[in-house]
Amino acid sequence: MAGFKKTSMLTDAPMHYCPGCTHGIAHRLVAEAIEELGMQDKAVGVVPVGCAVFAYNYFNCDIYQAAHGRAPAVATGAKRVHPENLVFTYQGDGDLASIGTAEIVHAAARGENITAIFINNAIYGMTGGQMAPTTLVGQVTTTSPYGRNRDTQGAPVRMSEMLAQLEGAYYIERVSLHDTANVLKAKKAVKKAFQYQMEGKGFTMVELLSTCPSNWGMSPLDSVSWLKENMISY
Amino acid sequence: MAKVLMKGNEAIAEAAITAGCRFFFGYPITPQNQIPEYMSKRLPELGGTFVQAESEVAAINMVYGAAGAGARVMTSSSSPGISLKQEGISYIACAELPCLIVNMVRSGPGLGGILPSQGDYFQAVKGGGHGDYKLITLAPSSVQEAVDLVMLGFDLADQYRNPVMVLGDGMIGQMMEPAEFSVYKKRSLPPKDWAATGWKDKSKPPALINSLFIEPEEMSAQTARMQKKYAEIEKNETLVEEYMTEDAEYIIAAYGTTSRVAKSAAQMARKEGLKVGLIRPITLWPYPSETFAKAAQRVKGILTVEMNTGQMVEDVRLAVAGRVPVAFYGTVGGFVPGQKEIIKHIRAMKEGK
Repeated sequence: MAGFKKTSMLTDAPMHYCPGCTHGIAHRLVAEAIEELGMQDKAVGVVPVGCAVFAYNYFNCDIYQAAHGRAPAVATGAKRVHPENLVFTYQGDGDLASIGTAEIVHAAARGENITAIFINNAIYGMTGGQMAPTTLVGQVTTTSPYGRNRDTQGAPVRMSEMLAQLEGAYYIERVSLHDTANVLKAKKAVKKAFQYQMEGKGFTMVELLSTCPSNWGMSPLDSVSWLKENMISY
Repeated sequence: MAKVLMKGNEAIAEAAITAGCRFFFGYPITPQNQIPEYMSKRLPELGGTFVQAESEVAAINMVYGAAGAGARVMTSSSSPGISLKQEGISYIACAELPCLIVNMVRSGPGLGGILPSQGDYFQAVKGGGHGDYKLITLAPSSVQEAVDLVMLGFDLADQYRNPVMVLGDGMIGQMMEPAEFSVYKKRSLPPKDWAATGWKDKSKPPALINSLFIEPEEMSAQTARMQKKYAEIEKNETLVEEYMTEDAEYIIAAYGTTSRVAKSAAQMARKEGLKVGLIRPITLWPYPSETFAKAAQRVKGILTVEMNTGQMVEDVRLAVAGRVPVAFYGTVGGFVPGQKEIIKHIRAMKEGK
């Protein structure tokens, strides 16, 4: 690709993510969107507990490391003090859809003018592959060794659909990182969410369907196929 | 400004505003609701921000966000709500962020009752959250002192980059007394050049508000840094009132609401020929251990009076290290200790019972 260069919004630190994990792509999309909007000096990220806990080593902007699930509350405090800043959370599905449901729901309900970047890979990555609220029915994890059982463990939570019901949510979009065309769509969605935030429209969230080859026990290539075949249809 | 007659909770809120606090995040719980209610009315008038959070957990994390952004910020709650905030307080302490937390203590454990108590002493001064940290803890015994300590609390928080708790009780929050607000003299404080306000100054790295230190060497260094700060706070910021202790043979140790009764009891005891004085810790951490250690060299006994089953008494015993007998008298459930009971306990000590 002619003229391609790395975004200045990412540091040169080598990432700790596993081979084939889509966190790297998601980081780059967020970073490029901030750079293209010229918001590097005003970007403030709030990173979660989970695989992205070290994301402060990679994003080249002011960062908070938040307690598990609390990023939307921390972002609320940060944004209320400096409304001119571009404040985003970067959270996984354990962080956002399980322990942090109250914080994300009420940030959206208040129409809090922040953007949540929601990485949904249907599993707890950092702790070694346990069942998440987003784990699909039948999916095997270390805490659903017989496959997620709909009768006793329920069906996966659809966060985007839930939040879209709230009046304060201005823009909620689910995108996927399984191929190039969708990565480009994802980038557009992230950029759009940031733009809406800067226009003061209210709460925005982009859900990025992502892979976790290590904990799914698949090769990176099989992972993208699995995502495409199983996660998108749900 | 002349003195105004105000309820403790409202006076605390107004004191925070006088000290320049423009951000408040809270959640309703009795008996402190007048603080968020007052803030929800006053802050918008001043261009400030009041957010009623979805929970105490969210409220303290909003405080983390606003404190990290460089604002003077506070939250308030009462015992069960303060328990919920402990996770956030531990993170705030480790990320070294300044903020003020008010706890209008009610009786517990559990949902308990809504009447005054001092049952949260351990939680406040021994670290209610996880890990090695200290919360600067200020205990007012009057509405005026609550005002003064709120103002001092914000300065201490900023100066040492540490969370500060004002530990009141239902009585302090609900009673009305005259208070004066024009007394705030702000300390000379360091600039908040560490705050996450957007990365403008490219000559230094971006701001990082963080409590994660995954490398053992880093966690150890951060803990050492915090302990060094705590030693400095202990050296410089300990506050205590001594009342009629010079010639006292017996000392009452009490703080907050209880110390008011203890003071009257000391006066009454003197009329009855008992030489009684009062040591009233104003900072519960840092604790005025030296004052007790010195008193132990000249008195015959110390009676600790609290609205709990015996918490601060442990710190009194540590301070006097067995040099004098330390007795305890406490009430729970919202009952306040009585003067006559206090004197009865002192007489019992004197008679060696």
